[in-house]
Amino acid sequence: MKELTIISGKGGTGKTSLVAAFASLAVNKVIVDGDVDAADLHLILKPEIKTHEEFKGGRKAVINPDLCTACGQCIELCQFKAISKDYVIDEFSCEGCGVCVHFCPVQAIEFPENICGEWFVSETRLGPFVHAKLGIAEENSGKLITTIRRQAEKLGEERGLDMILIDGPPGIGCPVIAATTGASAVLVVTEPTVSGVHDLERVGELTKYFKIPAMVCINKFDINLDVADRIEKYCVQEGFELVGKIPYDPIFTEAMIAEKTIIEYSPNGLSEMVRGMWGRIINRMETI
Amino acid sequence: MVISIASGKGGTGKTTVGVNLAVSLDKRVRFFDCDVEEPNAHLFLKPIINERTAVNTFVPEIDFTKCTYCGKCGEICQFNAIAVLKDYVLTFPELCHSCRGCLFVCPEKAVQESSRELGVIEQGRAGQVEFIHGRLRIGEAMSPPLIRAVKERIDKRQINIIDAPPGTSCPVIAALKGADFALLVTEPTPFGLNDLILAVEAVRALKIPLGVVLNRAGNGDVCVQSYLARENIPLLLEIPMDRKIAEAYSRGQMIVDVMPEWKEKFRGLYQKIEDILNGNRWGNA
Repeated sequence: MKELTIISGKGGTGKTSLVAAFASLAVNKVIVDGDVDAADLHLILKPEIKTHEEFKGGRKAVINPDLCTACGQCIELCQFKAISKDYVIDEFSCEGCGVCVHFCPVQAIEFPENICGEWFVSETRLGPFVHAKLGIAEENSGKLITTIRRQAEKLGEERGLDMILIDGPPGIGCPVIAATTGASAVLVVTEPTVSGVHDLERVGELTKYFKIPAMVCINKFDINLDVADRIEKYCVQEGFELVGKIPYDPIFTEAMIAEKTIIEYSPNGLSEMVRGMWGRIINRMETI
Repeated sequence: MVISIASGKGGTGKTTVGVNLAVSLDKRVRFFDCDVEEPNAHLFLKPIINERTAVNTFVPEIDFTKCTYCGKCGEICQFNAIAVLKDYVLTFPELCHSCRGCLFVCPEKAVQESSRELGVIEQGRAGQVEFIHGRLRIGEAMSPPLIRAVKERIDKRQINIIDAPPGTSCPVIAALKGADFALLVTEPTPFGLNDLILAVEAVRALKIPLGVVLNRAGNGDVCVQSYLARENIPLLLEIPMDRKIAEAYSRGQMIVDVMPEWKEKFRGLYQKIEDILNGNRWGNA
């Protein structure tokens, strides 16, 4: 089973619209929304949720005021400044390291497991879909992504599918590392802006650091032809295959508002380009 | 005053709003790019960087001449960053959250301070704007400690504008914490609305007053406006969908570079934020 993660350095480059389009074109695949922080793919896929699981990630410390003697040890030891002068732990600052719990001389600190999100296995008109929702202000998005990737692999094996298609998170940190390490390949969706180039370079370094084959698609390439040209040269120089150049087109937004993939919304024109790009991606994936 | 600009996700125009706001105010402003995974504000503000500081964080190093393999360091570590074997201790610096639990717990003082680099902070100046940003080292997973290090340079006596990273989890919370006002940037589409709702939940959980800037207005539908009306959230500025703005952005130019009349609108945006914080016009958001 091949695993393709679509990333972008940052949001707003058209990644989710393209993943949705690929979901229309790919056969025998599991679709994964790996942007658990701000998942959007469900708005187009309209999943019918089949199973629903709580996601537990780490623990959080809670001080029992009845037992606390205000000795100050926990405040002194906490490296995250999470404990106030009146011995209340700020849940947004607590990293769940348990140091305060361990060293509290009167065992006044509890350390319950933290439910920090939920994940789902769904059916959609375009195939099985694994997705998640991270609780607001929760950490562990990387672990949650790893959890749903494993679930997608299991589902794919059970059903004899060929591919896992992952809509990745933005950035180059923990969630992206969790969504891309061990993937067969990544597709980086970029746009021809100075910040787009900068993000592409950062994400390009990341794929090299983790030795993941990378392809590149320039979305809205006609917004700035000079920068698009620079991106093309960068791809040649770095050995990233440029699989597609998509023009700026409000049809992406129209399709999103209609809750359809662009392949479903308008089968001609732009969709033909996306279809061609998908063919090149498949060919490249076959060589990996 | 600390204004954090967040958006649920990237690409909505957070950096655009932040940099234009920063250069439109005729005051000394400190600008913090806390999107340390993909910092971009410097491409628009073009600061002259005059200071570079590496940010390191604690990771343990084992002194094997003292270690008795008692296993206490491995037991306290919640992040699987230490594994104690029969006659060896494995450490995984990239998993370490720097809580120092292992250091505190070791009875033999065999755990010593070592460090790993999270990234760098660069500081410089662009006109009236004092510019500070963090750049996460490639391959480093944990951005919040670097974000916190960047924010240590906030000067409460001045106007501090923080460009937050996307999402609603730990990095954004690190960037939003302690802000006086959260400015959320969104666009008028179902994706924009979905992400805005998540961002609003996060900001409300932190109990920070908030307002919204609608970017690429006219490009989608009215779902965002209806939501804002329903939730009684002030819409502070609309930036129209304009190819001229998109093309300027693509070249690394700001809106006020190509349409100087927008300086006035960004000043108006700042005034509205001050009014909200003073409870003058919009009440408590």
